[in-house]
This record gives sequence, C-alpha cells and structure tokens, in this order.
Amino acid sequence: MAYSEKVIDHYTNPRNVGTLNKDSKSVGTGLVGAPECGDVMRLQIEVDDNNVITDAKFKTFGCGSAIASSSLATEWLKGKTVDEALTIDNMDIVEELALPPVKIHCSVLAEDAIKSAINDYRVKNGLEPIELPKSHH
Amino acid sequence: MELPIYLDNNATTPLDPRVLEAMLPYFTNKFGNAASRNHAFGWVAEEAVDYAREQVAKLIGCTEKEIIFTSGATEADNLGIKGVYEMYQEKGNHIITATTEHKAVLDTCKHLEKLGAKVTYLNVKEDGLIDLAELEAAMTDQTILVTIMYGNNEIGVIQPVKEISAIAHKHGALFMTDATQAVGKIPVNVNEDGIDLMAFSAHKMYGPKGIGALYVRRKNPRVKVTAQMDGGGHERGMRSGTLNVPGIVGLGKACELCRLEMDAEAKRLSALRDKLENSLLELEESYVNGNREHRLPHVANISFKYVEGEGLMMAMKDLAVSSGSACTSASLEPSYVLKSLGLSDDLAHSSIRFGLGRFTTEEEVDYAIENTKKAVTHLRDLSPLWEMFKEGIDLDKIEWAEH
Repeated sequence: MAYSEKVIDHYTNPRNVGTLNKDSKSVGTGLVGAPECGDVMRLQIEVDDNNVITDAKFKTFGCGSAIASSSLATEWLKGKTVDEALTIDNMDIVEELALPPVKIHCSVLAEDAIKSAINDYRVKNGLEPIELPKSHH
Repeated sequence: MELPIYLDNNATTPLDPRVLEAMLPYFTNKFGNAASRNHAFGWVAEEAVDYAREQVAKLIGCTEKEIIFTSGATEADNLGIKGVYEMYQEKGNHIITATTEHKAVLDTCKHLEKLGAKVTYLNVKEDGLIDLAELEAAMTDQTILVTIMYGNNEIGVIQPVKEISAIAHKHGALFMTDATQAVGKIPVNVNEDGIDLMAFSAHKMYGPKGIGALYVRRKNPRVKVTAQMDGGGHERGMRSGTLNVPGIVGLGKACELCRLEMDAEAKRLSALRDKLENSLLELEESYVNGNREHRLPHVANISFKYVEGEGLMMAMKDLAVSSGSACTSASLEPSYVLKSLGLSDDLAHSSIRFGLGRFTTEEEVDYAIENTKKAVTHLRDLSPLWEMFKEGIDLDKIEWAEH
C-alpha cells in the first residue's frame, strides 16, 4: 500500500514532536490508544489566558498514518481557541492526508487525543469535562 | 549497490538466472504437452519433466515416483491433508497440528473440522518449538495424521522433525510436514526424517512461482491420498491437470542448484544473519524472537520495543522487510505466530523479519544495519512509550483505553 505524499511528509518531518510540562496548569495532556493495539498517541496543548492554544506537541507510537495524523493535529491546533479545537473532526484529517479506509482509525485516535487533551486542561482549571463520544474504533 | 534492498526472502525469492535459462525453451519451441504420448513434442516435454522429477527427488532423498507436482505449497498442503483425511477416514478422524503453522495448513484443518475431523492444535513453547510430551499425550487411536511444519516462515525455528515423526509412527499415524521454508535451505531427507508427506514450493528457493510439489511416500508405508482435483488422472491420479512444464523444469533446476550450493550458502548466510542480528541487538530493548539455535540460517525476527513495526518499516524505506504488526488488517491483530510464542501484543507489533537470500551481499547487510538503527532511533524519539520507559514508568500499570 502506498502512502500519500502528505503522510510521507509528516512522517519524515514530523511537526511539533516533544513534551510539554504535564504538571503545568496551562497544559492539557491526552494519552489515547494502547500498546497492544499498535497505536498510542500523546498530544499536549498549552492554553493562554484568552483560551487560545499557543503550543501543541505530540509523541506517537504507531504506523506512519498515526504519526502523520497526530503531527497534522498539532499543526491545526496551534492558534485555535479551545472551542474551535473541539470542532476538528477525524474526517478532516482523513481528507487532508488522503488516508485509505484501513487507516481511518488513526484519524479517530487523533481526534480522541485532541478531545482528551482539552478535557485534561478543563478539569485542571475547574471546568466540567466535555462528554466524549464513545470511542468508535 | 542498488536500492531498495530485498530482505524478504521468506516471502519469495528472486528467480536465479540459471533457472530462468533452463526454463526458457519450454515456453517457446519445446512447448509440448507432457501427456502427448504419440509425437516428439510430447516426448521432449515428458523427458524434461522426468529429468526435473529426478532433480527434485535427489534433493530430498526420495524416488522420482514419489513426487506429485502441484501449483505450489498451498495446494500441496491441501492435497496432503485433505487427501489423507479422505483416504484414511475408516481408520480415524483425528489430525494433530500446531498453532504456528502456515494458514495453508491451519485453514485446511479448519475446513476439515466442518466435515467432521477432530483437530488438535498444539501450542508451542516460548522458543517456538512444540513440546514432544504434549504431542505424545495428544495421540489417540483415532489419530491418522500429524502435520507439523519443518521451518517456520516468520521466525525460522526448525521443529524436531525426526522425533515428531517417530512419535506419530509409534501410534500408527502418518507424518506430514510443510517444508516450504526448509527445502533447499537446509538438508531435508525424507527417509532420515521419517517423513510420509511433504509440501514445498519453487519460489522460496530461487525457482518460479506457481509450481511446487507434494512428496508422497510409496514404501514403508505406501501412502495414498484422495485426489482433490478431478480430471485426466495426471500425477498417478493424485493431481489432474496438464503439467506446467516450464515451471517443473524451473523447480528441478532450482532444486539441483540448492543441492550443490546449500552447504556453502547456509554458512555464508548464517554468518551474515548473525552479523545483522548481533549489530541490531546492540540497540537497547531489542529481542530475537524464536529459538536461536534450531533455526534456518537466513532468518532473523527481532522486536524493537516501544516502536511499531509498520511505522518502523516506513522509516526503513530502502529495505524490503516484513513486520508482525498488522495495522492495515481490519482486526489490527498482530502476528498469530509471535503471539503463540507468548509474546505480548505490543512486542509482536514491534517485530521486523529480515529474510536474507542467495543474492544478499555483505554490503547490503551493512547498509541494512545502519538504516535500521537510524529508523529505530528516529521512531523512539517520536514514541511516548519510549519516553515513559526512559522515565522509569511501568507501562503495564497504566490503564490503556483499549480500542
């Protein structure tokens, strides 16, 4: 199976690889997936006082499409407000990276990682977590 | 050195130019049907088939009449197992095999289960070998066939075939082996090993695709299989269908070359494999899968913990290898062979199989070592699991969201 150019680009030059201080109140961390399933994504966001995501970092254990999906997600997150970030849909990632059907679960995982990071941030800051749709992969 | 480098010789091997040369005339002017008994075209083809049969027989130590040509090892596995089941139904309905067999054996057994067969799937030990005591315990007076592979396609371990056949025979059962990965690579002798039926294929030993054979013993005991293909009664009635003469000539030549070059080649390959393996084991948290002593000379299956195999292969873009991870399959299930060894799913997902071959050079192996090391390091820099491991976090204690 050949990968799309965009997947290869993100895989070869992943954007925003790294680690933010998970103990900081302004940082939200999402850790999703499981090693047994072959993918684990950790996505982190740093949010400023205006609710804008100023930084995003990721690390992913998984196939090329999983790495590309999380790399793309961090790119999209930067500069968005938290509310805007919640509107990122996994199908947007599928479309942007031209993921084949067997790789759709990678984009779902990236969406889960975004929502999970946002929830971590919300809970840390005394807000109710948003309800996550039941994982569907 | 040309890129990419082919290190997937357990999947298939390139055709040896000497084999191709032997085959070519049988595509063109020597096109006859080997079953045409009344003209020169048929005789030429028949002669070529007879010669090839000798070449094949010589490699595995049997007589020409014991070779049944098939389309490949899958068909030979089907013919052997189904054929014995049908032929020996009156004697019993029990078959013993192992969980690490190729799908051609496992799925054939599953098919027979639907028809009333009782099948025992032996587990393997951590090193991939079956437990002979377990085999002995599984034998019943209904057991008609024990079918255990010779060398494993994913990890290369070699089963104790001689001991297995002795146990089968002691209990009056036949012994069959899928020797697709072993024939031509290591000495396989049907008499020394006590083999009654054996499946193998040309394209794993530098011959063409689409041709293989089933060895069927004719003496002590005389084994019979019920044909699974009805028609003109070719191959002593066991496998009808016009003979694939160029393919058969190719299989014969491939067998001859393997017989002549096997000793030197096995030495060369195991030295290269050991170099590859030992260099890659210098990476932290890397593990060889399967028994390291009893195995084929050209295979190395290594798990690089905390990186995922498919992602890793993408970074090894100049290397053609394969992985026990299966991120593309709908089930996301990693290799059942590796899981049978008791490997956790995450280690199975982290495995890479390197399969060296006749045309693999030391320069290529050196390149593969460097390329793989770089790829593993790159992927670990991206891996949250690696970071957690380095921080001393016990990954087993984390509650992962299973998906």
